[in-house]
Amino acid sequence: MNITLRVWRQKGRDDKGRMASYELTDVSPDMSFLEMLDVLNEKLTLENEDPVAFDHDCREGICGACGVVIDGEAHGPETTTTCQLHMRSFNDGDTITVEPWRATAFPVVKDLVVDRGSFDRIIQAGGYISAPTGTAPDAHANPIPKPDADRAFDAATCIGCGACVAACPNASGMLFTAAKVTHLGMLPQGQPERDARVVKMINQHDEEDFGGCTNIGECAAVCPKGIPLDTISQLNRDLLGSLGRGNG
Amino acid sequence: MANSTLTKKRSTAYGSTVALKSAMAVSGVVLVLYLIAHMYGNLKVFAGQEAFDGYAEGLRDLGYPLLPHEGFLWIVRVVLLASILIHIYSAAVLTIRARKARGHRYAVTKRVQRSYASYTMRWGGVLIALFVVFHILHLTTNTIAPGGKSDSAYERLVNGFQPEYWYVTLFYVASVIAVGFHLRHGIWSGMATLGLNKAPRQGKINGVAVAIALIVTVGFLLPPMAVTFGLVS
Repeated sequence: MNITLRVWRQKGRDDKGRMASYELTDVSPDMSFLEMLDVLNEKLTLENEDPVAFDHDCREGICGACGVVIDGEAHGPETTTTCQLHMRSFNDGDTITVEPWRATAFPVVKDLVVDRGSFDRIIQAGGYISAPTGTAPDAHANPIPKPDADRAFDAATCIGCGACVAACPNASGMLFTAAKVTHLGMLPQGQPERDARVVKMINQHDEEDFGGCTNIGECAAVCPKGIPLDTISQLNRDLLGSLGRGNG
Repeated sequence: MANSTLTKKRSTAYGSTVALKSAMAVSGVVLVLYLIAHMYGNLKVFAGQEAFDGYAEGLRDLGYPLLPHEGFLWIVRVVLLASILIHIYSAAVLTIRARKARGHRYAVTKRVQRSYASYTMRWGGVLIALFVVFHILHLTTNTIAPGGKSDSAYERLVNGFQPEYWYVTLFYVASVIAVGFHLRHGIWSGMATLGLNKAPRQGKINGVAVAIALIVTVGFLLPPMAVTFGLVS
């Protein structure tokens, strides 16, 4: 395959940045999108140009490190992580536009790499339980209904890649925050801090300059882990409940 | 801007985006309920001038003698005005926040699954707000009277939507359709904000949102259309 890539190039945080075009020939349809970028970078290195910086780690769709906006869609045309997207999803002769996640809360560090520290700080604000450590409790010590356990687990599969923020027209981090709130809120261990958690996490979310949620659903549609949109409804209910009980 | 350490600017969530959205949702519920009642009143036009004007007059004395003449009406007006102000205020604050949250726009954007209704909420809302101002000047205070002033609500309606004032009717129709789209996403979104959109209920809530949007749109379009096409005169 021959493709034309339009890639966002930005030297550093303070650089204005620009789009650059590169021609790539003989791209195998079996390459992953990141392997294609590797090939581009080898070519750029041989030409004494600065390679395109992008985040990646496991390359098997479980770590959440990679993620770019491809032709206007977070993680590209397939509902998966960028590393699990293959060039067979594109056609010979395509022009592919590659941009970093765009959000004030995710400042660009270089090229396609953004700083997702804001997610860490949301977790830091309340995404934990203060259970004393020690030996693992007996497996039957805390009975949990199966549907609750499943829902908690589904929410816990969030890998924090940031595609939800990238896809949201308001650059809202609500699906991420909701996944964490739901994951802990469905389990008995999460109950003592349930009210305080949602308040702290939402305040940190807002303070990081994420936008508000308008329930459009673009986030859940691009989420590689299929975090359901109704976790946001659960977060809203938790927050309103917390405010109603005077814990807000 | 992103910080390097955890800061504690706010410890309560009363001013959070979620609290603002909830204020928008609750005021939206008030406005939707009012729209349904208003639509019911409008449809009285098909029962003739006497029934329509009688209904309008009856509203003025609803609750009398417990409430003074027009007392009920003024309570409704105050509640509506408060709801509209809360609705617009929270929408404006959240829109500004959202613009700020995406400082740098994408070169290429693509809609993955969102509906037409959902991305016309803001400009649709502006159109509706302008229409409401015109609508009150036209049919309530009768300051703008395309077909001649009248003390009868029925005559104001019939005069206003005569075929020669097609531009008034056109603006009305466009605005009512905008209201329909606004309700289609707004009802769904409001229910989600109030924490009701659990996955098993999503289909039903979506269905109710579409149904109310359609009923309200058609219900509001019928009277002026009937006047324009001479079914009511």
